[in-house]
Amino acid sequence: MAENRLTHPCEAIVMGGSTGSIEVLLSVLPQLPDPLSFALIIVLHRKNTADSTLANLLSLKTTIPLREVDDKDVVRPGTIYLAPADYHLLIEQDRTFSLDDSEKVNFSRPSIDVTFESAADVYGSSLVGILLSGANADGSAGLRAIKKAGGLLVVQQPETAQVGFMPQQAILNTAVDYILTVPQLIDFIKSLNLTH
Amino acid sequence: MITEEDVDLLLNDLLELYGYDFTHYSRASLKRRINRLLALDKFPSFAELRYQIRSDAHYLKRFVEELTVNVTEMFRDPLFYKSLRTTVLPTLTSKPFIRIWHAGCSTGEEVFSMAILLKEVNLLQKTLLYATDLNPEVLETARKGIFALGPMKQYSENYILSGGTADFSTYYTAQYGHVKFRNDLAEKMVFSTHNLVSDRSFNEFDLILCRNVLIYFDKDLQQRVLSLFDESLGPLGYLALGAKETLNFSSLKPMFRQLEGEKIWRKIG
Repeated sequence: MAENRLTHPCEAIVMGGSTGSIEVLLSVLPQLPDPLSFALIIVLHRKNTADSTLANLLSLKTTIPLREVDDKDVVRPGTIYLAPADYHLLIEQDRTFSLDDSEKVNFSRPSIDVTFESAADVYGSSLVGILLSGANADGSAGLRAIKKAGGLLVVQQPETAQVGFMPQQAILNTAVDYILTVPQLIDFIKSLNLTH
Repeated sequence: MITEEDVDLLLNDLLELYGYDFTHYSRASLKRRINRLLALDKFPSFAELRYQIRSDAHYLKRFVEELTVNVTEMFRDPLFYKSLRTTVLPTLTSKPFIRIWHAGCSTGEEVFSMAILLKEVNLLQKTLLYATDLNPEVLETARKGIFALGPMKQYSENYILSGGTADFSTYYTAQYGHVKFRNDLAEKMVFSTHNLVSDRSFNEFDLILCRNVLIYFDKDLQQRVLSLFDESLGPLGYLALGAKETLNFSSLKPMFRQLEGEKIWRKIG
């Protein structure tokens, strides 16, 4: 797997989570190197409110530019993107985001599966998918798509997650590459960064 | 999973055989919906789906219906409706006649929301609400004004957050798991098919609402549709978009002024 990474540098990380994953992000984000050599795209299950409190909260934790995605934003390395509430987040072949307000998937909009599958289609083996704490099975199908496209899969160690169900489902249903604690996850993401 | 080439083939078929032009729709979303339909209708292969679309006009109807997204709700983004109520509609009161266009109205929940607003500020009787969609099936639902009972609790909460003070349930009667909205709300509605990709402007409006439609288009098509709206707006008319949509990247930007904190633009040029 390590060789895999060297021959295919990471172009983007997609990270998904539900219950208990905001706490993980609050630990991870302050530790990430700035500049990042890849785009970090975050999909969190959240309440259906149109405000951007969460983006504001997360951006306080990092010097890396962090924004909630608007339709047709360009995906740039060195930026952290947050899927907006109540929209699915997809990525186009030309590395722009598009939004979609179609039916909920896994009772969720945004759905982690939707973003992961779309990112797998675009980034192939230069994609890393990370699945965090959560109480439903969203993300497993997305991780399978990333694997099929040659990307790397990482899940939070279920025992260390506030709710272990989501990473557990992924481990049961997919050949994940790494099962990591939060400190290990931080080191792993740092190791993907080409500028450090 | 289908390939980019498969999507190209299908889009060509739809254009050449039926005149539906989806070539400037957002690709990722289209591809996902085609994959979804492959699974829903249990096609063994892409080739069989393509054959069905090419040879069966009845299936084509279903395909277009499923390809286009028809998810909507009443008083979606309540603060948006609050702005309509408190900022936009009061500027229209002196007009002898008001024309509003809901472009891409889907099953009509937002059209009924608007009719309720207009009723409450005493403007409904002098307003015409044009509601259009490219899909005749969803317009049929909208015309009937019959919606599922399930989401009414959510809609009632949205209504209250939007500044509504009446008892929301007075606007409909519930029966057998569905609700029917009052006939006096629908009296001023005109439903018609209109394809934003291929059809022209058909009137001059004081307010155009097109919410969460542009996100399905690529930038070129967004620009074309925004120009169509510009042509269709009277002086000082309003354009209202979805929560994540903007005309900031469009050449029209200098001719419009955005209302503070809202996805509502007023035509000033």
